[in-house]
Amino acid sequence: MAERSFEVVKPGLATTVQDLGRPGYYHLGLPLSGAMDRFALIAANRLVGNPDGAAGLEAVFLGPELRFSADALVAITGAELPPKLDGVEQPLWTAFKVAAGQVLSFAFLKGGARAYIAINGGVDVPEVLGSRSTYALGALGGFEGRALKAGDVVPLGAPTTAGGEGKTLPPDGRRPAQESGVEIRVLPGLYWHRITEEAQAGFFEDTWKVAPEADRIGYRFRGGKKLDFVPRQQPFGAGSDPSNIVDSCYPYGSIQVPGGTEPIVLHRDAVSGGGYFMIGTVISADMDLIGQLQPHQPVRFQSVTLEDALTARAVETARLARLGELI
Amino acid sequence: MAKTIQAPLPGTFYRAAAPGEPAFKSEGDAVAVGDTIGLIEVMKSFTPVVAEEAGRLLAFHVENEDAVMAGQPLYDLDA
Repeated sequence: MAERSFEVVKPGLATTVQDLGRPGYYHLGLPLSGAMDRFALIAANRLVGNPDGAAGLEAVFLGPELRFSADALVAITGAELPPKLDGVEQPLWTAFKVAAGQVLSFAFLKGGARAYIAINGGVDVPEVLGSRSTYALGALGGFEGRALKAGDVVPLGAPTTAGGEGKTLPPDGRRPAQESGVEIRVLPGLYWHRITEEAQAGFFEDTWKVAPEADRIGYRFRGGKKLDFVPRQQPFGAGSDPSNIVDSCYPYGSIQVPGGTEPIVLHRDAVSGGGYFMIGTVISADMDLIGQLQPHQPVRFQSVTLEDALTARAVETARLARLGELI
Repeated sequence: MAKTIQAPLPGTFYRAAAPGEPAFKSEGDAVAVGDTIGLIEVMKSFTPVVAEEAGRLLAFHVENEDAVMAGQPLYDLDA
């Protein structure tokens, strides 16, 4: 057993080791991976005195149960998944001490989708192509390339800073889970002309609901009107369905609509290319937000310009910079 | 004493393993620890809702294929 570690008593639904990801290999088909809500992971790391890119755990919908072999400092951020230490509820967005032998568990999810568990010293699994993030579809990185299972003993690194117990991010610095009125900003893309004007308008007017199968690969939505395509003779190399194109790269955040029926926003574990047309791309500032959407949650897409997208990115950067002052 | 059992995670609730198959449990049935009460589908996987307490199932709060939130009441148990 590693010097510092935790043992997985119950794994939760799909708890994975994630850091800020593995950029630079998408052209080889290896996705970014990393936390679906990067802001929450960075905040959790800062609270326990870790570097921003230290590996933590991403727990989705259902929290794990972990027994610690050594004293640790832990912070939970992101979704409202209330942590408990030996059964006693602990605050969110706050660093708390865990003594060797204690068990960290979670109450039912109250809001959002993904909670981040940062532990001082970070999760010490081997780096693969510069990242400790789990890419489960490719059985790469993380803990043995997969979600945690009961009985796993997961090694922790040595803490680099001392103390920090009780450190908290004030509520106005957090991003609470939005229950209603979620708007996802989209920059229409290269294939925008493929759908009719009516379909273009309908896509942004309709309310879409998160499909239960939405995951780290893609967030699928349903409930809006089927998109009609502008008739054309399909070019050589494209499939016969009007939603097919000649194979192309799929950007992170791009929205493909197979058959024109259910939009899928490609997220951190996405495939890198294929033959479905993309209506546009979700702006980078809103990708964290998608990672916190629950099944059946209603959302609307909002059309923005490149200028709007860059302004939103600057706002996000400023919010991250403010973390430094708040923690 | 009657108590309400909550959904452990969000998703779509199913009372049977597949369409056309008999329900795992009906109202009035006896429930033993470890019995499957239903399934919750999320992220392409079906998580069984397993009884952690024995008793008699009094009533369901949700229908087959209903969307459920974590913490939402699923059924009442006379434990």
